[in-house]
Amino acid sequence: MKQKHKKIDYAKWGYLFILPFFVSFFIFSLIPLIDTIRYSFFEYYRSGIKEVGPNFVGLQNYISLLGSDMLKYAGNTLILWIIGFIPQIVIALLLAQWFVDARLKIRGSQFFKVVIYLPNLIMASAFAMLFFTMFSTNGPINSILMSVGWIREPIDFLGSVLGTRSLVGLMNFLMWFGNSTIMLMAAIMGISPDVFEASELDGCNSVQRFFYITLPQIRPILAYTLINSIIGGLQMFDVPQILTNGQGTPDRTSMTLIMFLNSHLKSKNYGMAGALSVYLFIVSGILCFVVYRMTNNDDPDGSKAAAKKAKKQRRG
Amino acid sequence: MKKKIVSMLLIVVMAVNTFAGCGKPSSSGAGAASASAEEGKVINIYSWNDEFRERVEAVYPEVKETSSDGTVTTLNDGTEIHWIINPNQDGVYQQKLDEALLKQADAAADEKVDIFLSETDYVNKYTDAEANAAMPLSDLGIDPDKDLGDQYSFTKVTTSDTNGVQRGSTWQCCPGLLVYRRDIAKDVFGTDDPEEVAKKVKDWKTMKATAKELKEKGYFTFSSYADTFRLYGNSIEQSWVSPGETVIKVDQKIMDWVNDSKEWLDAGYLDKNVKGQWNDDWNKAMGSASKVFAFLFPAWGIDFTLKPNWDGGDGVWAVTNPPQEYNWGGSYIHACTGTDNPEHVKDIILSMTANKDNLLKISKEYSDFTNTQSGMQEAAADDKGYASDFLGGQNAFKYFAPVAEKIKIAPLSAYDQGCVELLQNCFSDYFQGKIDFDKAKSNFETAIIERYPDITEIQWPE
Repeated sequence: MKQKHKKIDYAKWGYLFILPFFVSFFIFSLIPLIDTIRYSFFEYYRSGIKEVGPNFVGLQNYISLLGSDMLKYAGNTLILWIIGFIPQIVIALLLAQWFVDARLKIRGSQFFKVVIYLPNLIMASAFAMLFFTMFSTNGPINSILMSVGWIREPIDFLGSVLGTRSLVGLMNFLMWFGNSTIMLMAAIMGISPDVFEASELDGCNSVQRFFYITLPQIRPILAYTLINSIIGGLQMFDVPQILTNGQGTPDRTSMTLIMFLNSHLKSKNYGMAGALSVYLFIVSGILCFVVYRMTNNDDPDGSKAAAKKAKKQRRG
Repeated sequence: MKKKIVSMLLIVVMAVNTFAGCGKPSSSGAGAASASAEEGKVINIYSWNDEFRERVEAVYPEVKETSSDGTVTTLNDGTEIHWIINPNQDGVYQQKLDEALLKQADAAADEKVDIFLSETDYVNKYTDAEANAAMPLSDLGIDPDKDLGDQYSFTKVTTSDTNGVQRGSTWQCCPGLLVYRRDIAKDVFGTDDPEEVAKKVKDWKTMKATAKELKEKGYFTFSSYADTFRLYGNSIEQSWVSPGETVIKVDQKIMDWVNDSKEWLDAGYLDKNVKGQWNDDWNKAMGSASKVFAFLFPAWGIDFTLKPNWDGGDGVWAVTNPPQEYNWGGSYIHACTGTDNPEHVKDIILSMTANKDNLLKISKEYSDFTNTQSGMQEAAADDKGYASDFLGGQNAFKYFAPVAEKIKIAPLSAYDQGCVELLQNCFSDYFQGKIDFDKAKSNFETAIIERYPDITEIQWPE
């Protein structure tokens, strides 16, 4: 007897459905990526309307980048990111905790959730323009401070390192804390209420509950938020670009890596810009690897590691 | 009300057109029409605003009509002018133009760039002999010595390449003046007479003493250190980069500007809160609440910058001779290499930049200081015809004309725009006391090599 062993093959449909993504990824991401890497080994720029190159120069672009102020701009980027990230994560944690705490019974929490998320919807450049106008020496902030009588001379916010950096940090904080709050809220709500109840029966106060239960339980999401923010921070550009007119003033202390990249692209210096992009690519790659390891192996509920252990035990 | 103004304007424009059509013998018109048989049907003009289009519509006799969105102008023989406008901000205009120029050789006839405009800061990038983007005028059949004889000679130098071949022409020239507030002059000097004020600002040394006088009464002489840059920058001895070299030589005059600006700022002669130009603070310094005595502006600056920012009545500002002759700005018309409409292009260039009647009309309608020596002398003498309400009935041309004749344009290079822009930016930190002099220098070096990777060395004057 002939038995029909014909399995219906659904896999081809799956491949067909993901094909558009791979085609567009190939055309719009992979080819440019490879081209960028290729050009990073060439001397290739435009002087006036005359094109120079492409001439192969090997690692010359990479070496001269290391000799330039690249590390200083990396430092700037890091500082600007930290100034924004620390308040962002602290406030987000606090708000998330409050919003999900059933006993606080915050009225209109839905409304507040929308409001704190709103700044994220404004275009970063529009936001920066707004701040630029508000904090200019003749701007409304200075006039308010002066009419209240707190200061006599207008403060030159954008002329000082501290002022400019704090403003960039403040803007990034305002734009992203809502986003993090929503994310952390989801994480906290994912914790089983049993644990909280048990802790309460054991006489745990809210501070202890936060540090010994909530925080360890949401660690993977926290790590994800952190890495996401670092990668976003690496690419920080729109806010300081608009705020300082692309100059990174004063004294290039608010020049980020991407602004540095942009000033190379102004002269169509594809070689140098390519090399810088490759550096950034490597750093982002390392960070991605770290987050991958964190979420997969060190998961506190022990998904992978615990599974391995369990497997071993079963065998043994 | 607005409709009325628009319709009036239209009638005026139409009347002017018919008038121009009648007044001119039809020779050039017929020439263009007969030549159009073998010429392309589309003239592509690259520019950064409507300034040129408005002037073409106003004075070019061949214009029939412009579409309501302003992108296509039809000429009498059916040829269409397509206006390709990209804003100047952030170098967008140059980027788009550069892309088009790189494709010029392979583009279809009607897609080719036929005319493009440039400004003094980067004109040299396009008139460069090696780049060969702008055609020599002689190749179009224009003899610069004969046909453009009435133009100011410095505008011809500006549009010439290093071999002295002229590759562009302009309808306007931009001699600058000192524009001052009459009320402040009265308060401090006891007189607001332009002749008397001119004596107070006749050179930098006198100017400094005057600045002290103004300071004692609580006024600033100029708003920002960038205001005076053109006066110094126009008088550099050698170009920023010599032809064929890759070394930036910073002129002593530029360092003088740095030193003087620092001194003036520290002395309180300039407003510390105004950092550079084209920003909100600068605009506010032109308002009635400001304590700034004077600005240094050419004709367009008074009309397009000062006037819109001034919130008081007419007649408060007046012009007088600046401490030093200078030129600021200017738009140049170039025929693009590879154009398929050489006859039309030639006709437009001649009509817009070499026809005295047309130029005087532009001066009357748009207050441009136009590129005709004899015409401007007439305007200078005609106090009635060229009186400006904004300047309280003063005839500014009387002051512009002698300045224009004395201007000696600084040698240009293709790197000027970046050098000027970045130098002002980098030394801005120094003026405000954020960094020391040497740091500003090294910041400029870093920034300029980023902008122009082919620069190998920066030499500072001793």
